[in-house]
Amino acid sequence: MSDVYVIGIDMIKFGRFPERTVEHLGAEAALMALDDCGLTIRDMQALYCGNQGQAGALVGQRVLKEIGQTGIQVINVANACATGATAFRDAWISIKAGLYDIVLAVGVEQMGKGMLGGAGLSEGISPEGILGSYSMPAVFAHMGMEHARKYGTTFEQFAKVSVKNHHHSTLNPKAMYRKETPLDEVMNSEMMAYPNTKLMCSVNVDGSAAAVLCSEKKAKELGLLKRAVRVRGSALQSDPYTTHNLAMMDFNAVTQLAAKNAYEMASVGPEDIDLIELHDCFATAELVHYENLGICKDGEAGQLIDSGATALGGKIPVNVSGGLLSKGHPLGATGIANIYEITTHLRGEAGKRQVEGARIGLTHVVGAGSACAVHILEKA
Amino acid sequence: MTATDTLRPIKPFVKLPPGDKPYLAGSVCNNCGEVLLGSESRLACPKCGGRKGFTERRLAETGSLYNYTTVERSFPGVVVPFISVIVDLDGGGTLKGNLRNVSPAKLTFGLPVRVVFDDAGRTDKNNNAYISYFFEPAAAEARL
Repeated sequence: MSDVYVIGIDMIKFGRFPERTVEHLGAEAALMALDDCGLTIRDMQALYCGNQGQAGALVGQRVLKEIGQTGIQVINVANACATGATAFRDAWISIKAGLYDIVLAVGVEQMGKGMLGGAGLSEGISPEGILGSYSMPAVFAHMGMEHARKYGTTFEQFAKVSVKNHHHSTLNPKAMYRKETPLDEVMNSEMMAYPNTKLMCSVNVDGSAAAVLCSEKKAKELGLLKRAVRVRGSALQSDPYTTHNLAMMDFNAVTQLAAKNAYEMASVGPEDIDLIELHDCFATAELVHYENLGICKDGEAGQLIDSGATALGGKIPVNVSGGLLSKGHPLGATGIANIYEITTHLRGEAGKRQVEGARIGLTHVVGAGSACAVHILEKA
Repeated sequence: MTATDTLRPIKPFVKLPPGDKPYLAGSVCNNCGEVLLGSESRLACPKCGGRKGFTERRLAETGSLYNYTTVERSFPGVVVPFISVIVDLDGGGTLKGNLRNVSPAKLTFGLPVRVVFDDAGRTDKNNNAYISYFFEPAAAEARL
């Protein structure tokens, strides 16, 4: 089986674009990724398109109507917040399988403002506030409280994640927000569900990202290996059964399983990873995923954030892009945007936020319900 | 009796037997013994994949607080604050709900709780009322 390379990749600056269409946003990133490697839609053999909000409305085909209807296979993918990474992985699988040599993956989402999941029910009554909370800030507050129960993790430690990622975003011109948020500001912002304050919640934004994936043979033929990044590991898992899974969405066992499989495929361990873009949909989640991804021992995530190891310049920088917390989280685009960030560092093109000497990077996303995708990328 | 004055269960696993107390229904996998919420027909067990069927069980009305968070902002129109909790029932079964009548100083992991049934306090678009379960501290001194 051929190794698979990312030869072209880009994302739009995340923001709010209510006047545009989802296909227009997707098309923009698609053209940026094609331009990144000097190719056109006529060179692509298939399109894998990730979008959650309009799943079932053939967003991929609509993207082609904007950039060129060449008649290629289009697969439309929805997998909650793991949607973009799932489209990327499906593209990777198609090359691994030997079916195609060069394909395009697009992730796109138009979100609008406000909290996810508040729509009314056509039958019965909403259980929100009667049977606990199903809002995402609360779901991920429960995840943080589970960690606090086991290890004594503090509100301040969770809040530090937000301080760090907001700081990182000041160095990323493609981030939605680029504003420092000192610890007292994070801790004193509106409480959503303890310990997540408003500044510890990711930003719902519109956005798109796209990648061109290619077989080794084709990349050589095109002379495009120089800036290429090799996909060394790819894993996508669903949530394995745990007892608390009956009452709480699981993001832990599913991440541990995906990480294990991705590390095994890549023949590397957490100690080999130079930087990580992980799913910081809420500040609580980032700390717990330090352990799920194995970059520290169980119970040591609080100390790891305290030590500064996961900040730019530290031993294992996490979410140097600003993360979902500040760069923004357009569901279907996030998975590919994370891969864009890692690729940019591996290429040495990340400017002020460059992780020096980065050779291997890891991306992680989770979708509620649950799905988890982990990719391990290496400088070619 | 018209539809509008019939109390309905907020979830299918909340059982309202006529002339009897409400209860929480669970089922036990005949293969692995896992206690699951609800007694509706399942094809197989999510834990073991076993297809040996399930034995219905009335779940306990006591348990302990596994997890909690105080929700101070929710969807528009939802009354806040409230305490969202995960409770492990004695003898098996775990579920999410609201904890009420708790003395703030007593709110802690592992707090013994009891299940109570009450009007959900919200009606659907056809004006139907619903019965829900709620959690309260088991010990009187932990209650408000």
